[in-house]
Amino acid sequence: MSQIVVESLWKRFQVAERKPGFVGALRGVFSRSYREINALRNVGFSVEPGELVGYIGPNGAGKSTTIKVLSGILAPSSGKCEINGLTPWLNRQQHVKNIGVVFGQRTQLWWDLPVVESFELLRDIYQVPTRDYKDRRDELVQTMQIEDLLDTPVRQLSLGQRMRCDLVAALLHRPSILFLDEPTIGLDAVSKLAIREFIRKLNRDHGVTVILTTHDMDEIEALCERIIVIDNGAIFNDGTLESLRSRVNPERRLKVEFSENIAFSHDDVRIVSREGNTLHLSFNPNRMTTTGLIQLLSESYPVKDLFVENPPIEEIIAQLYETNS
Amino acid sequence: MYWRLILVSILGQMQYKVSFILNVTGQFVSTIIEMAAIWALFTRFGSLEHWKFEEVCLFYGIVNISFAIADGLSSGFDRFGTEYIRTGNFDRILVRPRGIVLQLLGHELALRRLGRLTQGLIVLVWAIVMLDLVLDPITFIYLMITIASGTCLFMALFVLQATLSFWSVESLEVMNTLTYGGVQTTQYPISIYEEWFRKFFTFVVPVACVAYFPILVLLGKQDPLGSSIVFQVLSPIAGFLFLAFAIALFRFVGVKHYTSTGS
Amino acid sequence: MRIAYISIISARYRTLLQYRAAAIAGFVTQLFWGCINIMVMMAFFALSSEEQPISLAQVVSYIWLGQALLGMLPWTVDKEIEAMILNGDVSYELVRPIDLYDFWFCRTIALRTASTTLRSIPMLIFAMVVLPLAGLDNWALDLPASMTSFLVFTISLFFALMLAVSFTMIMHVVLVYTLSGEGINRILPAFTIILSGNIIPLPLFPDWLQPFLNLQPFRGLVDVPFRIYTGNIEALAAGPDILHQIVWTIAFILIGRFMLMRSMGRMVIQGG
Repeated sequence: MSQIVVESLWKRFQVAERKPGFVGALRGVFSRSYREINALRNVGFSVEPGELVGYIGPNGAGKSTTIKVLSGILAPSSGKCEINGLTPWLNRQQHVKNIGVVFGQRTQLWWDLPVVESFELLRDIYQVPTRDYKDRRDELVQTMQIEDLLDTPVRQLSLGQRMRCDLVAALLHRPSILFLDEPTIGLDAVSKLAIREFIRKLNRDHGVTVILTTHDMDEIEALCERIIVIDNGAIFNDGTLESLRSRVNPERRLKVEFSENIAFSHDDVRIVSREGNTLHLSFNPNRMTTTGLIQLLSESYPVKDLFVENPPIEEIIAQLYETNS
Repeated sequence: MYWRLILVSILGQMQYKVSFILNVTGQFVSTIIEMAAIWALFTRFGSLEHWKFEEVCLFYGIVNISFAIADGLSSGFDRFGTEYIRTGNFDRILVRPRGIVLQLLGHELALRRLGRLTQGLIVLVWAIVMLDLVLDPITFIYLMITIASGTCLFMALFVLQATLSFWSVESLEVMNTLTYGGVQTTQYPISIYEEWFRKFFTFVVPVACVAYFPILVLLGKQDPLGSSIVFQVLSPIAGFLFLAFAIALFRFVGVKHYTSTGS
Repeated sequence: MRIAYISIISARYRTLLQYRAAAIAGFVTQLFWGCINIMVMMAFFALSSEEQPISLAQVVSYIWLGQALLGMLPWTVDKEIEAMILNGDVSYELVRPIDLYDFWFCRTIALRTASTTLRSIPMLIFAMVVLPLAGLDNWALDLPASMTSFLVFTISLFFALMLAVSFTMIMHVVLVYTLSGEGINRILPAFTIILSGNIIPLPLFPDWLQPFLNLQPFRGLVDVPFRIYTGNIEALAAGPDILHQIVWTIAFILIGRFMLMRSMGRMVIQGG
């Protein structure tokens, strides 16, 4: 059975509109007009235990709203959501015991306390047995390499250090699901890699289900097999990176180096650019397979080297946002 | 530019309508409550040494008007430590091609001070009427000068507080003894206090010079402490001098310390 | 679950204790206020020949206790909770498996006691020991009227704390409603403080106001415990006054809980 089931989720917000200028502000004192925004439109998906799902979309697409609904912070206007058999916003206290949540740029640690004291506070709040807590904490602390930070007050940590501690804090009670909302936003490259590695390990070795929102496409490419793309409140694509790629931009690219200058033309193949003896070719795999094209080229021309290129994921996403907006 | 900054701040405050109205009334109510305490004491005891309730109201009105204006204008200095130094926002001020003091004055015109101001005005007018004070042009101008001088003095205290926050943003609560404490002290005639206390508020932080002494002049009353009339008339100068001194300290000692240590 | 609350309180203590400088500043400030108030009161009492419902010595003790225990009064909110409410992070408190009212109540107990403990001790030493040693006997805080007075005072002080905490909780919930740190929470403390007796002792208000002053909740914060301490209220006759504190505390807790439940419900729907 699926661990997370989301069906036809809708969320409407009322947003107060402000008129610009002095007169507008003055009128705002007496009356306000409201605008309705659909933050989620008919969102539905399900996640199996142990999956690592990337949840992506442009700013304001509804990523955070979804995460808030899933973590019990927000009730949807309509729709169904069941996680481990519980409805988050109805069985909140029970539900949040099974999940870990990390919101980038926000910390759930106590600002003025040493890190380890925050951990102990969380231990008591989540009622983790002392022994279990110790093992768990030592293990996590070691993996995240934050031994040296434990006695530092949180306010003195760098963003990267704090995020590592936050991740540990979210996992002390052994949640079966982890929600990560932009966990690496604004971090340095080293911290990013450490956190990425940690998430992978957590998912692979401990079977923790992870739902990750991010803007970092490298991260998505490195971590997620499955990607859910949301735009304008609605799910646009749900599947592998490959499926997304073929849907947005089915084009494939081939870079061919010939041993001499040749003239090449084909109805199904477009020449993107030419640098001396090297051609960048573009084709639609539905009309011309990659192997077919390679065969055709190597039979008729003196091919020296071949290189299959895929458009980088950033480009795909950029294209996706463009076509949608 | 100052007006532009102020306009923006007013607009911002008006957008939170309920909160704005509550702010002003909140101030108004809390100052009325202060007044109520004084009134209660007079009802219980009849008089305070040589002073009548109406006379103390005059003190109260003038000091609170001065303080309300100063407080409204100086919130950039009042919150200097927390909002500029701690956050590093002061660097932004430094890179703008405008005077530092001017930019800080434009930080926010705290409109909620309207509450205290209104209440101070009401109390002042009421006291003037009850005391049958004749406001001929000279008296009126002298009253205005007194209020302006008081405003300068309280602003100076906020500037001094901001200056201190170049070194430490903690423990600045002590400055409240001078700002709010100054108001509290001078809304009663200082003759009721012990001598060391009077001296401090006359010669170190000259709050008495912007309230007690000029008010004696306005009331035409003999000073039970025996100060000369010339001293009384000239005492409001202290307020202006004190502000000049504070700004100089801020500019030439505080900012210099900041730019040379970079912390 | 109890343990969680204890550790919330102790964590909060340690946080506040880090700010020693602020505590020293607070000490100086309150010393100053105490002095002004005493001088004003002395001036008023000086020319008064009538018998007053409370003596000058009692008033002076009352003032010092008031300064020492100022932090206990519900005139500020928890800065962290306030920040959380204003920037919308409050909804993230919901990812913790714990009742929000209880959670905040514990934090508030810590808020109301941590800094007060820190500040009151030097203040009490100053007012009880230093002032008499300096020859300023009539400025000093006297010992409790009797041992019984002291015992009843500690009981009453505990309920004063509960009253203060439950009222601070109402202020927190009001914040959730108004989403502004200013406004109503600036009006409330003004009333609270004067009605508690912290500005001037309640017996000094006009006689015709006394029936009202005796009914309202805030006298339980200051007036009741302090008058028991000074013997102005007979310790053995203080039962009704302490009951008054308890009843109002329960009322504030019920109101606060109900309002928080409603506003959280709204937040879960509107997204804060």
